[in-house]
Amino acid sequence: MTDFIDIGSINDIPLRGARVVRTHRGDIAVFRTATNNVYALDEYLPGKAGPLSNGIQHDEKVTDPMYNWVFDLATGEAQGADEGKVATYDIKCEDGRILISATAVSPSVAAE
Amino acid sequence: MTQKLIIIGAGMAAGRALEHLFEANPDAYDVTLFNAEPRGTYNRIMLSPVLSGDKAFDEIVTHTAEWYEEYGVTTRFGEKVVNIDRVAQTVTSDNGEVLAYDKLIIATGSNPFIIPLPGHDLDGVIAYRDLEDTNAMISLGEVPNAKAVVIGGGLLGLEAAAGLALRGVDVTVVHIMGHLMERQLDEAAGYLLRKALVDKGITVKCSANSKEILGENGKVKALLLDDGTELPCDLLVMAVGIRPSVALAADAGLATGRGIHVDDQMVTSDENILSLGECVEHNGDIFGLVAPIYDQAKVIAKTLAGEAAAFVNKEVATKLKVTGCDLFSAGDFAEAEGREDIVYRDPARGVYKRLVIEDNRIVGAVMYGDTADGNWFFGLIKDREDISEMRDTLIFGPAFQGGSPLDPMAAVAALPDDTEICGCNGISKAQIVAAINDGAHTLDDVKAISKAGSSCGSCLGLVGDLLGVTLGDGFKMPEKEVVCKCTDLSHDDVRKLIVAKELKSIPQAMQELDWKTTCGCHVCRPALNYYMVAAWPGTYDDDGKSRFINERVHANIQKDGTYSVVPRMLGGITTPDELRAIADAADKFDVPTVKVTGGQRIDLLGVKKEDLPAIWYDLGKAGMMSGQAYAKGLRTVKTCVGSEHCRFGTQDSTGLGIKIEDAMWGAWSPHKFKLAVSGCPRNCAEATCKDLGIICVDSGYQILVGGAAGLDLRETDLLVQVETEEEAIEVSCAFYQLYREGAQYLHRPYKWIAKVGLDWVKEQVVDDLENRKALAERFHYSQKFYQIDPWAERAKQGKDAHEFAPIADFTKVAAE
Ligand code: SRM
Ligand SMILES: Cc1cc2nc3c(=O)[nH]c(=O)nc-3n(C[C@H](O)[C@H](O)[C@H](O)COP(=O)(O)OP(=O)(O)OC[C@H]3O[C@@H](n4cnc5c(N)ncnc54)[C@H](O)[C@@H]3O)c2cc1C
Ligand code: SF4
Ligand code: FES
Repeated sequence: MTDFIDIGSINDIPLRGARVVRTHRGDIAVFRTATNNVYALDEYLPGKAGPLSNGIQHDEKVTDPMYNWVFDLATGEAQGADEGKVATYDIKCEDGRILISATAVSPSVAAE
Repeated sequence: MTQKLIIIGAGMAAGRALEHLFEANPDAYDVTLFNAEPRGTYNRIMLSPVLSGDKAFDEIVTHTAEWYEEYGVTTRFGEKVVNIDRVAQTVTSDNGEVLAYDKLIIATGSNPFIIPLPGHDLDGVIAYRDLEDTNAMISLGEVPNAKAVVIGGGLLGLEAAAGLALRGVDVTVVHIMGHLMERQLDEAAGYLLRKALVDKGITVKCSANSKEILGENGKVKALLLDDGTELPCDLLVMAVGIRPSVALAADAGLATGRGIHVDDQMVTSDENILSLGECVEHNGDIFGLVAPIYDQAKVIAKTLAGEAAAFVNKEVATKLKVTGCDLFSAGDFAEAEGREDIVYRDPARGVYKRLVIEDNRIVGAVMYGDTADGNWFFGLIKDREDISEMRDTLIFGPAFQGGSPLDPMAAVAALPDDTEICGCNGISKAQIVAAINDGAHTLDDVKAISKAGSSCGSCLGLVGDLLGVTLGDGFKMPEKEVVCKCTDLSHDDVRKLIVAKELKSIPQAMQELDWKTTCGCHVCRPALNYYMVAAWPGTYDDDGKSRFINERVHANIQKDGTYSVVPRMLGGITTPDELRAIADAADKFDVPTVKVTGGQRIDLLGVKKEDLPAIWYDLGKAGMMSGQAYAKGLRTVKTCVGSEHCRFGTQDSTGLGIKIEDAMWGAWSPHKFKLAVSGCPRNCAEATCKDLGIICVDSGYQILVGGAAGLDLRETDLLVQVETEEEAIEVSCAFYQLYREGAQYLHRPYKWIAKVGLDWVKEQVVDDLENRKALAERFHYSQKFYQIDPWAERAKQGKDAHEFAPIADFTKVAAE
């Protein structure tokens, strides 16, 4: 079973906003959509896109601020003609708290 | 011997369970029914019609005293069970009596959640759950000028608000999320719902955080919001959710999670205790609607009768009835990989429908305004039917299979006759239609006969649509360039319609303008946001989330994710103190590169995002503000040294540049706007390649416009020569305003001038003095709202603090 770690209140991220979780393996962007879903993705697709938490959100997608790649927040998959994928992490919101998978932020274990 | 069955709670679940039990065998159990409420079962769902005055309470009672008597049910209403002893198999009531059971059903429902805000225990703070709450709201309606606040923009909160409003109470709904009923509706449907409620006289505040409930003599007086707003009220209804009522079961040692754990037979972890309704948790699900609860009632009756039955939680559609509004939502309507939307909007009728399609099946549906086909769609969702055959016409419902597609010109057709279509010439829709009916059948004819479209041309799209609407197939619209794939409208159409229809939010604009996607994309959102910023200074809420990152965090993002910081230096003039402050900031924040820009100021490159507010704070202390080097808005005003120092200088070019920059900083525009002022035609400030340049001459000031030195290289044209500085500033502001009001998003002035013609621009700002003045006044009015240093707001007032700091930092936790 996945262990989760509390990283803050849902109100710490505005609707359609995003913030970063710093980990020893790099930044993770945490998104809150207009419909109040939360997603966690790698902040960068190295050499190609990012920092994604700085992008414009629309539906459950985000447009990369550097080169306008569009990523699906649920799968981390680049949309349209662009090819690439950023890692995604288990995350959920319960009773107003945002919980992220413990392995995602642990210093040693690699992402699922 | 008949077995003794005790039921705790006489809500809708218990009522239905008893009916099924007695249907099968009226004598199987000797039933005792406890209820904390001083009455038996009634239809809780119908409390809203009672509140609104459509029904009397008697009409919603489902189980009368006679009914209980007929089936020999011993009723103990107004008595609460306070303890269960599982070993002795007894329950204790709040008056101390102990009763034995063979089988026990816990049907305690749920408790309304009360946010523990300061003041939540004041008199006049209620939930919306039972008849007592309903009566409290009804009596408020009898008090003249009564005010109520409802916290919670979900189903219950809106029902309460609608009912209170019908009773003449002045109601404000406070909702923490960005749109109403966000769990059942998407943004577009939420917008329509809000509009309907506002039309009923209800005030709706979304994205509003409650801070404290204020009272006087122990009674509620007002709700205080985070932003300091105080909403006076005589009654405060909290409708923010429910929690399964599990305390009694948990105290008795039964397995509980969010609710009381039950298996498929509705039996708890104790074989003699069963449970159903909103208090249970089944396979991780809890329940808040009656449909699944009624299924549970069937199962529990069978289990008690010793027959096999299993509860299965089926998907439910919520056909929601907020008094007077038509809503429907079913399935899963979140966007996801591989999912597509079919969206239908009819702005004239206020209809919105959206189907979410995955693998040729409908997985979700949201509807507003016309929900007649809801059940048909729900059937397709449940049956996982393949819809590929009828995909093109699916959204029109079962009656329209093969029917006519949506008329894309509906928005224009629906405009009132007196809507001004051509602002330049003051021509209304009715006048254009009259011209068309008089024989003007092409754009050129309409221009010649009515004058509409003969000036700046930005209304031609709408004129074309009117030709189409009036002549039908007889008119073929020239291809127009649409904003993006989310709409069939051009930039010009969108700008005009935002003004004509007074559209003041992005969801509203998307609904009223028939957007094809649910919430746009990175192309149309910034454009819409700009058009509304320009159209409604002071009343439009700028949507930062629809801005590119640079404009959202007020710095330029660099390729490595750091930012650059460019303080404003009016007219290129700085002081030793400013330079020292810049140097100190560069030292303190380890700025790797300090560069003089091409715009006559200094750039601190490579600042970490989380340091931005702090570096701005330091620069602000020295009197500096944002240079907006990132903005689709006013950038720099370059100047030369001019008559103050230069032997050729004819006027004080530096001083004039400073005055203009002082008047213009902070303004947003379709694209960036750069100026320069040179003291003589030697033009050391390069004014002849700017969006607006001024060349000082002996006899006054030459105002030049439409230059470019970026992707395109273009020399400016002379707009006018004026005699005084005041005129030079007025013409500059009027020109900027004309561009701000008319150009399409991301067009620099030279592109816009190419479209509307320099002659037309001259008519507007040179020949027509009154219009020049009016334009300049509109510019200054707008500046009242936008001339606020964004750095100071963030560095000193903590605005948008979430943009800069990480939400969590695990690198500071030592690695194991
Ligand atoms: C800092 C500066 C270069 C410098 O070190 O001098 C600069 C830097 C950028 N320019 Fe520029 N431009 C700078 C003066 C210019 C000038 C010269 C001028 O203003 O006198 C021009 C040509 C004049 C003009 O605008 O017509 C110029 C024409 C552009 C263009 C092309 C615009 C066009 O309409 O063709 C872009 C791209 C755009 O805006 O879409 C651009 C875009 C950019 C961006 C914002 C690119 C981006 O989106 O990331 C650069 C940010 C770099 C960074 O990482 O911070 N920059 N840029 C100059 C800032 C001036 C200031 O103080 O505000
Ligand atoms: C205003 C309103 C509108 C609604 N509209 C809809 C709708 O449109 N559609 C829909 O599907 N659902 C709707 N619902 C929800 C629906 O009413 C509930 O899902 C349903 O009533 C739950 O039934 P229940 O028997 O589990 O709980 P309840 O009906 O709450 O019954 C529980 C009863 O147990 C009693 N009780 C609790 N603890 C004890 C104790 N220790 N001892 C004795 N008695 C106790 C309580 O007093 C209560 O009377 C609405 C609810 C409200 C309040
Ligand atoms: S533009 Fe003319 S006035 Fe200005 S510095 Fe150059 S030569 Fe002197
Ligand atoms: S608005 Fe019609 S020509 Fe300008």
